[in-house]
Amino acid sequence: MTEKKKELAVAALRNGTVIDRIPSSALFQAVKILGIEKLDKHVTIGNNLDSKILGTKGIIKVADTFFPEDVLNRIALIAPTAKINIIRDFEVVEKFPVSIPKSIVGIVKCDNPKCITNNEPMRTRFELIDEERHVLRCHYCGHTVSAKNAQIK
Amino acid sequence: MNNNSLVSISDISKEEILRLLRQARYFEANPNHRILEGRVAATLFFEPSTRTRLSFETAVNRLGGRVIGFSDASTTSSSKGETLKDTIKMVSNYVDLIIMRHYLEGAARYATEVTDVPVINAGDGANQHPSQTMLDLYSIYKTQGTLENLTITMVGDLKYGRTVHSLLMALQYFNPTFNFVACKELQMPVEYKQFCDEHGIRYNEYTDFTPEVINSTDILYMTRVQRERFTDIMEYEKVKNLYTLNASMLEGSRDNLRVLHPLPRVNEIAYDVDDSPKAYYFQQAQNGLYARQAIICRALGIDIPEMVD
Repeated sequence: MTEKKKELAVAALRNGTVIDRIPSSALFQAVKILGIEKLDKHVTIGNNLDSKILGTKGIIKVADTFFPEDVLNRIALIAPTAKINIIRDFEVVEKFPVSIPKSIVGIVKCDNPKCITNNEPMRTRFELIDEERHVLRCHYCGHTVSAKNAQIK
Repeated sequence: MNNNSLVSISDISKEEILRLLRQARYFEANPNHRILEGRVAATLFFEPSTRTRLSFETAVNRLGGRVIGFSDASTTSSSKGETLKDTIKMVSNYVDLIIMRHYLEGAARYATEVTDVPVINAGDGANQHPSQTMLDLYSIYKTQGTLENLTITMVGDLKYGRTVHSLLMALQYFNPTFNFVACKELQMPVEYKQFCDEHGIRYNEYTDFTPEVINSTDILYMTRVQRERFTDIMEYEKVKNLYTLNASMLEGSRDNLRVLHPLPRVNEIAYDVDDSPKAYYFQQAQNGLYARQAIICRALGIDIPEMVD
């Protein structure tokens, strides 16, 4: 019963997407990356909720919105633990973890000050070159960075 | 985007590298042509360079084409704040080929994305310089008769030197053995050693530039140790003369050994080496012309005969 109450503390969803298990420190970045500020649907955001795995976690619930998987995967860089729940008629119909996409466009800032992307009005692009160690490489200057140290724009 | 652009040596396959070498050989035998008649190439040098620019411009001229361009960005609109994209788009209206050098890394890759004209990277910061790699390969091929199974010793600045990095990557197909000779501050970066490990390439690291290393070498690739690479100037003073080659050091070396250097040299090769038949750096620079003629024709999709000795 207590479990149920805890869940409901962040409002139930009839249809939509629940992004769960976001590290608390990454919650607002995830909101920004997914462009949730610009949505006009019901959005519920919870943070610093108890989590057995993470200690504390953040959660985002968005009503009547189903993001393409590649959009959701953009948050994998900052929130690799995140779990996606697709809700239809109060039921979880699909549940999956996020994974870092092979190509990441416009999210990560290159840490090489001499990289063209830091000197031209253009989008950055990184490729995931090591799936196990989560190493990204700048498509332009070739500098590498591990996903957990990547600067998010 | 034009698929004939050349931004990095890793963009082209082993087969393409070999074809370019055979075409360079053809151009060495027949340097003057009219195959670019009616075509215009732009040399956009946002950063000054003597050798590379002159050799590209000579290559276009010897192929019968014409050249426009600049050798100093301060005289162009980029000094007024024009973006690279705008400069490239504007120039694309005028020319059939863009040859560019830029001080920012990744500039050439980006240029290929904003134009349909083929782009040849003539150096982007510390990143890539594929035509230098092609002329290095051509020099090795010419002097050794093969690219296979050679021992290549790289000396000097192995940390920042883009020429050694690109050459290392290009030689991955040819079963090389590398000796890396450098002081602690300027050692081969770990990602390139990892690259060797992943590709089964043998390498040894030395901090001393000894006769044993030289005498087991086919190609001695010297590079300049630059003062500005050191945070501690005392360290520079300590190491600056440790990696200098002089003629007496070549006495016990193999007959086929050749000394290469991307130039300009300062004091890392003593002038007495110039008279040795093993000194090859000036011919190496000359080979740049033929290698670049081949690269230019590839960029323009022009079929060129191949030649083998």
